[in-house]
Amino acid sequence: MAAAKPLGGIERQPRGFGVVLIVAATVPALWYAWAIYSDFALGSRYLGSDPIKAAEHAYGAWTLRALLATLAITPLRRLTGWNWLAKHRRALGLYAFSYGVLHLLVWAIIDVQLIIDDLVGWDVVQTDLLKRPFITIGMLALLLMLPLAVTSTKGMIKRLGKSWVKLHRLVYVVAVLGLIHFFMAVKLDWREPLVYALILTALLGWRVVDARRRTT
Amino acid sequence: MPIPKLPSSELTPEAWYLDRRRFLAAAGVAGAGLLGAARIAQAATQGQQDAPQARGTPYGLQPNDTPTPWADVTGYNNFYEFGTGKEDPARNAVNFVPRPWTVKVDGLCDNPGDFQLEDFLKPSRVEDRIYRMRCVEAWSMVIPWRGIPLKDVIDRARPRASAKFVEFTTLMDARRMPGQRFPILDWPYVEGLRLDEARHPLTLLATGVYGRDLPNQNGAPLRLVVPWKYGFKGIKSIVRIRFTERQPLSSWEKSAPQEYGFYANVNPQVDHPRWSQATERRIGEFRRRPTLPFNGYADQVASLYSGLDLRRNY
Repeated sequence: MAAAKPLGGIERQPRGFGVVLIVAATVPALWYAWAIYSDFALGSRYLGSDPIKAAEHAYGAWTLRALLATLAITPLRRLTGWNWLAKHRRALGLYAFSYGVLHLLVWAIIDVQLIIDDLVGWDVVQTDLLKRPFITIGMLALLLMLPLAVTSTKGMIKRLGKSWVKLHRLVYVVAVLGLIHFFMAVKLDWREPLVYALILTALLGWRVVDARRRTT
Repeated sequence: MPIPKLPSSELTPEAWYLDRRRFLAAAGVAGAGLLGAARIAQAATQGQQDAPQARGTPYGLQPNDTPTPWADVTGYNNFYEFGTGKEDPARNAVNFVPRPWTVKVDGLCDNPGDFQLEDFLKPSRVEDRIYRMRCVEAWSMVIPWRGIPLKDVIDRARPRASAKFVEFTTLMDARRMPGQRFPILDWPYVEGLRLDEARHPLTLLATGVYGRDLPNQNGAPLRLVVPWKYGFKGIKSIVRIRFTERQPLSSWEKSAPQEYGFYANVNPQVDHPRWSQATERRIGEFRRRPTLPFNGYADQVASLYSGLDLRRNY
């Protein structure tokens, strides 16, 4: 397939795009951390009546959003011809991992209060992790992101060669598990996870169609 | 039943509370000249001048229990008829008009009928009571309710000997309750109690909170309050009370029977399949608290369940 002219003639990355991306990805992390602190320590009401749950859910949602953004890079590149998007894929993947870690930390330390209080013990968390499927699945999704984050450096990409590509296909598993975790966490109202599911289906479906078109 | 009484000296007298508001209004007028009307208007919407004082007799409160602020009680609600988000009901119920309101009393009783809300409430003495409230989602509040004992209503209906349960139904009107346009639950919302639970002196039919009429998002104009059970048993905007021989099938039980049972007694020993019920977070507090059996009302209600396996009848 001959490379078409990039959409809108945007052959190179627009100025300031990198900065916008960094700001967009880090502002939610900083905002929710500040808002939790402010709501409890300074009496503000940024996050409503249950700031801890609000922040926990927000970090979870941003994990999924960053994952979807990571998976959107390739289809977007191919559909628009904006090849300069490629270099941001790693950063987006690392943001997804970072938000996943924040989600876990807020859950374990601030919500369950595992380390700061002895009201809830390790035994309870063990039960949560092993006997509550939605938590098990969420934890698994995060653990599977760990090798991807560790092997995201230039050196590792070079060293692993073809197996790097194979390993990083795990991101599809991570995204599906993350989404299942979201579906299982909500109470009856599936409309929000459904939106994420439709986007993920589109992103994965495009790859299937694309792969088939290339082999024929 | 032992009822812990708070000395009246501990409560803010109504007159002071009125004086405080009058003072604030006067300060507002005086300040207007200095600061400009716009800033005063802003302060009025942001501030808590509008927040009423908690009042009422405390029931089953622990030493560290204080009433949850008005903003949380009326701004953080599970009322799926007005949306599934916690802030949805306050937003989506603004235009709901809970008058005129008719309550149908029927089923196995000798004095059934359709009652105008005012006539339905008139024979009873309205009381203010402060109760603990524990949501099945592991958060909790302390709420100053206003209402009448459900027992009054039951006695007037004269249930027959064959009646063993009471079933409650919420208004069904998707035009006025936009949440009912989506099949999240099998509308209308239905809840039920065993007759002895319904007659228990702690069981309240609430008409108000913080000494005011119930805000729409809290279940106006009439809702159930059963303080030793998880909050979802407190059915809102009740239009029908029916006496039955068989155990009613409540809405949450119908939608997820492995997660929500008919009894729904607060029980730190029996986990929800997706989370532990051993602890809870009081809205407004950072640290978790241990959850108490029957939400702290065990002395008053545990005897209702002697011989019942609470692990199976969750």
